[in-house]
Amino acid sequence: MTQTRYYRTRSPEPEKEKTGGGGGTAMRVIVPLQGVVQGRGGLVLGSIIPCALFYFLQFYLKRNRDDPDDKNESNSTSQNPTIRSPSSEHLTELPGLTRSLSRALLSPRNSGPVSISARVSGIVKGGDSPYYMGLKRVKEDPYDELDNPNGVIQLGLAENKLSLDLVKDWLAENAREAILGNGKELSVSGIAPYQPFDGLMEFKVAVAGFMSQVMENAVSFNPSQMVLTAGATPAIEILSFCLADTGNAFLVPTPYYPGFDRDVKWRTGVEIIHVPCRSAENFHLSIAALDRSFNQAKKRGLKVRGVIISNPSNPVGNLLNRETLYSLLDFAREKNIHIISNEILAGSTHGNEEFVSMAEIVDQEDTDRKRVHIVYGLSKDLSLPGFRVGVIYTFNEDVLAAARKLSRFSATSAPTQRLLISMLSDTKFVRTFITTNRERLQRMYVQLVAGLEKMGIKSIKSSGGFYCWADMSGFISSYSEKGEVELWDKLLNIGKVNVTPGSCCHCIEPGWFRFCFATLTEKDIPVVMERIQKVLKPVN
Amino acid sequence: MRLIVPLQGVVQGRGGLILGSLIPCALFYFLQLYLKRHRSPKPQSNPPSPTTSSPKLAEMTRTSSRSNLFSRSIGQVRISSRAISIAKPNESPYYIGLDKASEDPYDRLSNPDGVIQLGLSENRLCFDLIEKWMSENLGHSITGRDNGELNINGIATYQPFDGTMELKLAMAGFMSHIMGGAVTFEPSQVVLTAGATPAIETLCFCLADQGNAFLVPTPYYPGFDRDVKFRTGVELIPVHCRSTDNFALSITALDQAFNQTRKHGTKIRGILLSNPANPVGNLLSWEMLYAILDFAREKNIHVISDEIFAGSMYGNEEFVSMAEVLDSEGFDKNRVHIVYGLSKDLSLPGFRVGVIYSFNENVLAAARKLTRFSSVSAPTQRLLVSMLSDARFIEEYIKTNKRRLQNMHALFVAGLKGLNIRCADSSAGLYCWADMSKLISSYSEKGELELWDKLLNVGKINVTPGSACHCIEPGWFRCCFTTLAEEDIPVVLERIRKAVENTTDLLNSS
Repeated sequence: MTQTRYYRTRSPEPEKEKTGGGGGTAMRVIVPLQGVVQGRGGLVLGSIIPCALFYFLQFYLKRNRDDPDDKNESNSTSQNPTIRSPSSEHLTELPGLTRSLSRALLSPRNSGPVSISARVSGIVKGGDSPYYMGLKRVKEDPYDELDNPNGVIQLGLAENKLSLDLVKDWLAENAREAILGNGKELSVSGIAPYQPFDGLMEFKVAVAGFMSQVMENAVSFNPSQMVLTAGATPAIEILSFCLADTGNAFLVPTPYYPGFDRDVKWRTGVEIIHVPCRSAENFHLSIAALDRSFNQAKKRGLKVRGVIISNPSNPVGNLLNRETLYSLLDFAREKNIHIISNEILAGSTHGNEEFVSMAEIVDQEDTDRKRVHIVYGLSKDLSLPGFRVGVIYTFNEDVLAAARKLSRFSATSAPTQRLLISMLSDTKFVRTFITTNRERLQRMYVQLVAGLEKMGIKSIKSSGGFYCWADMSGFISSYSEKGEVELWDKLLNIGKVNVTPGSCCHCIEPGWFRFCFATLTEKDIPVVMERIQKVLKPVN
Repeated sequence: MRLIVPLQGVVQGRGGLILGSLIPCALFYFLQLYLKRHRSPKPQSNPPSPTTSSPKLAEMTRTSSRSNLFSRSIGQVRISSRAISIAKPNESPYYIGLDKASEDPYDRLSNPDGVIQLGLSENRLCFDLIEKWMSENLGHSITGRDNGELNINGIATYQPFDGTMELKLAMAGFMSHIMGGAVTFEPSQVVLTAGATPAIETLCFCLADQGNAFLVPTPYYPGFDRDVKFRTGVELIPVHCRSTDNFALSITALDQAFNQTRKHGTKIRGILLSNPANPVGNLLSWEMLYAILDFAREKNIHVISDEIFAGSMYGNEEFVSMAEVLDSEGFDKNRVHIVYGLSKDLSLPGFRVGVIYSFNENVLAAARKLTRFSSVSAPTQRLLVSMLSDARFIEEYIKTNKRRLQNMHALFVAGLKGLNIRCADSSAGLYCWADMSKLISSYSEKGELELWDKLLNVGKINVTPGSACHCIEPGWFRCCFTTLAEEDIPVVLERIRKAVENTTDLLNSS
C-alpha cells in the first residue's frame, strides 16, 4: 500500500525519459514495462514478469497442442461426470474414447439449439423503453377523428405531416415522368441496373442545392463531399463506424434523440457519454459540461473520439448559436476529436432565430475541416421519411472514401432517387414548400404552447423541429424517473396520448416530456388538451 | 472457483509446484498493471515538464492546456482503424476492372473502342419487358390510388423498416413462383433489406460475433469479402472445390476446413453457400443439401443459403431450395437462413431489394430491428407490390428471361469453344466459368492476373479472374454474358482472340 501511494505522487514522465535513454535497444515488449520495473521494487517485478511470460507460453502451448485434448475439453460438460467420479481405471480407456468422440459428440450437441451471436441477443431482448412501447401502442390503436375517436393520439413520432398535401399534389402531377424521364423516351436503364451505391451524381447535386436553400444560402455544399444513404439513421451509424473503434466513445449532450442509442451503439460497439444540460440554462450546451464529461470518460479509460450534436436540437428544439459552435470547434481541436453535427431539422426552423450550420463555421477555418461531419436527410425537412434518404457531408477524404464503400449496405433505391431529383430541381415547388411548411409549423407550435400554458405547463422556447419540450415536473407524483414514467403511463392509458418522457432522451431532470405536434391537425389540438387535462386533474 | 477450474488440468498435468506458484505471480502482476493503467490521466497534461526544472513545474501545469493546444492541433484527427482499412483503394482486380469498365464503357455506336463489361453481374436481357410494364403501370403503382385518391401516407411517412406486409406477401409469392411452386414461403418470416448485400451482412451480425468464422466454398462471389468482413469482424474460411469435381462441394472438404479452423482456435458459426453457385453456375443436389444440413447439425452451426439466382436457370437440372429440403426431411429449421433478392431474377439491382428468410425467431427479431439501417424506399416498395402482383407479367417475364438466358449461354459457350476455351458445366446464373489455364504464361495467380490484365488493356474486355473469387486453381475466369446483346458476342470473341494472340506471341518471343 505504501508503495502505491509513493508511486502515485510521482510524476511518471521523468521515468519515461529514463527508459528512452537507457533501454533504447531493448525489445519493444519490454519497454512499456520498464517504467513499472524501475519505478517500484525492480527485483520483485523483474522476477514476476519473466514468470508470467513463461506461464503464458505454457498456456499457449497447452491450448494449441493437439485436437483430441481440445475435443475433450469442449466435451467436458457431458463427459466429465463419468470421467471424474471413477478412479484412474477409466482414464486408461481414454484413447478408446477419443476414437469414437465425434459420434459421442453428436448426441449431446443435437439437443442444444443453435445460438445466435452474443451481440444481437441484447438487441433482441431490448426495446422496452417507453419510447418504443408508446410507438407500438399507437400503431395498434391509432386515433382517427371519425373511424377511431378513442384511439391513441400520436405525439411521440418525429414526423411532419403538415405539408404533405403539397408533396402529394406534386407527385400526382409528376411522378411518372420523374422516374422514367420525361415524355417520349422511357429509360429503364436509369433505374433498373446497378447505380453508384453512394448515390447518383445528379441526386447529390440536387440534394446539395436543397441543403443550401434550406439554410438560406449561407453555405454552399459541394456534391462531391457527399455520401447518400438509406436514411439519416445509417448515415449516423456509418460515421460511428468510420470515426470510432469498438470500445471508443462519443460525447452527446442530453436530452438527446432516443434513436441514437440504437444508431450509434448497436453494431459499432461504440459508447455514448452523456453530457447533461439543465433547465436552468434552457438546456443549452456548455463547454464546461463537455470538458467534465470528457475528463470523466478518460478517467474510466474510455477513449473519446468525438462529439455528436443535434442542431436544431431534438427534443428541445433550440439552436446552437455561432459562439457555441466556435467554442465547440475549439474544444474539438484541443482534444483532437471529431464533431458530428446532425442538422436534419435545419429547414424546419420556425422562430426568428437564425440557424447556423457547422459547415458555415468551418468554411472559414481551413485546418479544422477534417474533423467536422454533417448529417442531413429528407425525412424531416421534406417530410419524406418513407423515402429513406440520408446524407453524410464530410470534409475528410478518408471518411468519405470509407463511407462511400460502406454505402453498399444502405443504398437508396434508384426510382426514389430519380423521383427526388425532379422534385428537388423544381425550384418553385421547393420554395413554396419550405415557406409554407415553416408557417404551418409556427402556427401549430404557437397553438400547442398556448394550450399547454393554459394548463400551467411551461415549455422551453423552441425555434426548430416538430417538438415542444414541456415541463410537467409539477404533475409527477415523485420527483424521479419513476414518477415521470408513471405520468407517461397515465397519459398513454388514461389520456390516450403518446408522448416521449424525458428519461428516454436521457434528460437528467425528471418531469420533462417531448410533444411532437407535426403529426396533428389544428382540430386535434383541443382534443389533446382535453385529454391531458383529464389526466392531470386528480393530481391537481 | 470457476476461474481456477479450467487451469486445474494444467496444474495437475505438469509440475504442480512450479505452475502453482506462477499463477498467483501472474495474477499479481496483472493486478499491478491494471492499477498502473487506471491511476491518473496526468501524464498527458504536462509534456514539457521533463526538460524544465522543478521550480517551474507549478507554472507549467497551469498553462498546459494552452501548450497542449498548440502541439496537438498540428496532429491530424484520426479516423477509426477499421475505417482505415476500408478506405484503402481497391486492390482486387475485380474492383479495378469494374472501375475501368465504368470509366470507359463500350458502346457499339458512340464508343466502339471502350471496355466491354463482362465482370458485373447484371442481367440486361429483359429490360424491354420491364420498360413496357413501367410505361403502362408506373403512374398508378407508386402513388397507389384508392378510389382515385392518391394515398400519400402510404409512401411519405414512416413505414415498417423491415418492409410493408404487402411487399412481403408479394415477395413470398414471387419466390415460390420462381422456385416452381415447390415451396411456399411464409411472409411473416420475410425481412426485406436494401439489397442482398445488407441481407448477408445483417445475418452475419446476427449469427456470429467478432472473430468467429463462416465456411465458404470457393470459388465464391468476390463481394462476400466485403459483405461479411468489412464491419462485422467475422472471418471467411475457404473450402476449396476443384475442377476435377466440376467445382462441386464435398462434405469431406467442409469437414477438413472445419477441423483446421478449430485447431487455430477460431469458432465456426456457419456455412455460407450460394445455390445456384456464383461464379460457377452449378446447383446443389437434394442429396448434397441433405448432407450439408446433416453436417450443420453435427457441428451445431448455421447455414446461410444465398439463393439469389434461383430464378435465373437455363439448364435442364432442377433447382432445389434449402427450404424444400427442410420442409420434407424434418431437420431443425432454426439453423437455416435463406438470402434472396430482386437484383438478379428480376434484373432490378438499382431498386435495392433483398430478402432474409429465416426460420429462427431470434434471428428474425434481431434482423427486423437492424433493418433500420438498410430499409427499402417506400415508393419502390409500392411499385414492386404492383409489379409482383401482376401475375401475367411475371409469368411472361420468367419464361422470356429463361429463353433468352438459354440462348445467350449457348451462343457464348459455343463461341468460347471455337477459341478452344472450355467452360465448366453449369445450369444457372449470369456467367460462364471459363478455363483459360492453357493461355496463361505461368500456372499461378501471377500468370492468371497477367492474362486478365491483357484482356482488360489489350482486348478491352473486363472479366473476373478466378483469384478474385478465391479459386484454388489458376486460369479460370468468370464471364458475365447477360449485359451483352447478341451482336456483341462476336466482338467479345474477337477481342479475346486478339488478346490471347498477343500473349502467345509474347511467350514465343521470350
